[in-house]
Amino acid sequence: MSSESTGDAEHASSGGHHAGHPTNQESHPALRVRALESLLVEKGLIASDTVDALVQAYEQDIGPMNGAQVVARAWVDPAYRERLLDNGAEAIAELGYGGIEGSEIRVLENTPEIHNVVVCTLCSCYPWPVLGLPPSWYKSHAYRSRTVIEPRAVLREFGLELDDSVEVRVWDSSADVRYMVLPQRPAGSEGMGEAELADLVTRDSMIGVALARTPSGVR
Amino acid sequence: MNTGGTLGGLDRRVGQMNGVHDMGGMHGFGAIPREEGREPFHAEWEGRMFGMLLALGSHGVHDPGGLRAAQESMEPASYLGFGYFERWMWVTERALLAKGYLTLEELDQRTAELDARPDAVAQRREDPATTARLMQGVHTRSPSSREGSSAPRFRSGDSVRVRNRHSPGHTRLPRYVRGKLGAIARLHGIHDFHDAAPEGSPNLPQPVYSVRFEAEELWGEAAEARQSLYLDMWESYLELAQS
Repeated sequence: MSSESTGDAEHASSGGHHAGHPTNQESHPALRVRALESLLVEKGLIASDTVDALVQAYEQDIGPMNGAQVVARAWVDPAYRERLLDNGAEAIAELGYGGIEGSEIRVLENTPEIHNVVVCTLCSCYPWPVLGLPPSWYKSHAYRSRTVIEPRAVLREFGLELDDSVEVRVWDSSADVRYMVLPQRPAGSEGMGEAELADLVTRDSMIGVALARTPSGVR
Repeated sequence: MNTGGTLGGLDRRVGQMNGVHDMGGMHGFGAIPREEGREPFHAEWEGRMFGMLLALGSHGVHDPGGLRAAQESMEPASYLGFGYFERWMWVTERALLAKGYLTLEELDQRTAELDARPDAVAQRREDPATTARLMQGVHTRSPSSREGSSAPRFRSGDSVRVRNRHSPGHTRLPRYVRGKLGAIARLHGIHDFHDAAPEGSPNLPQPVYSVRFEAEELWGEAAEARQSLYLDMWESYLELAQS
């Protein structure tokens, strides 16, 4: 890996150079990707504005703020909550969200008795339409390997200590269904409106490695 | 590290079943790296790589098998050593070369040119119609369930054992559940089957079930208290358990 590499989680545990790269020279990925894009554009295989639009969509429009809207709606609207738990993708589409990696989305409800947490051991499956692209730690070898065998230890690393009486359900999303957690509505949020409630819903709480924020924890 | 030479390893593009990517339950990867830079792309090239691969969609660069199978075919040391989007770059570059979309010579030459002239402005090509069509797919749900022709074999509550399969090729059956006893929690419907099929045999859609496993069944004495695990499994992964 180049020392100029980024904060990508997996870089931390990696070493060496691109010794196996099918090229005669060492090249930083940024350079290689530029070369790839310029050739693909010249050959008419892709268009520059398509790449621009995709990058912009996943940087700005498709992220955990979408899932937070879904959760907030479920907290205030029992009928919506029921539809959401029954058929996640359809209920999510009611709010206008859906697309790649979101054909089938199942929503898992956290309760005082059951805590759900989501992982993908084989790759990085994640419900893009509601949470965007996964953060680095979700894609890390450590999270992928450990969450199925020691979820309580993993959750403790995230600062979440669960009582022994709580059942921890780990969802390994290896097929076509994507999973999102419906966190418990925090105490002290009574009377808050949907927009305010959405501010309490973090990305991590919808993966299941954290609880939703309590109102006092909000700025 | 030996990654198979310039264009070697294409025979492995079907994906590996017992590969290093199948890391559920492995030890030794340490603490979860929590530091976050800019998400989801830490550098501009990561976003461009991501966008390029989606934009290439209709060209079937990673067919058959898809991006996952291609990554699973990497040498284990490369798979572990490369960053996430670097893996995308690696397998996409190889696939483009293998399918004749690019030659290594022109790619190396372009890389060298850009290295020598970092300020060079890239040639652009605009295609608003294609962009609009692709973005429609990015924002619109298309259900993946199929109409089932065969009735699902299992019902909720059925006790099932996971087949102990180790045949080569891409699969969605993680090692850590093979041979284990679970219970059908729910039928998800009929879904396309993605496992590598023997040449000439069709990959017919199958019922997919959510199967519940108790942690003790998977991990024995190492299991934490009150843990269960749910995994989605195609019907052919399962057999009815003897009771």
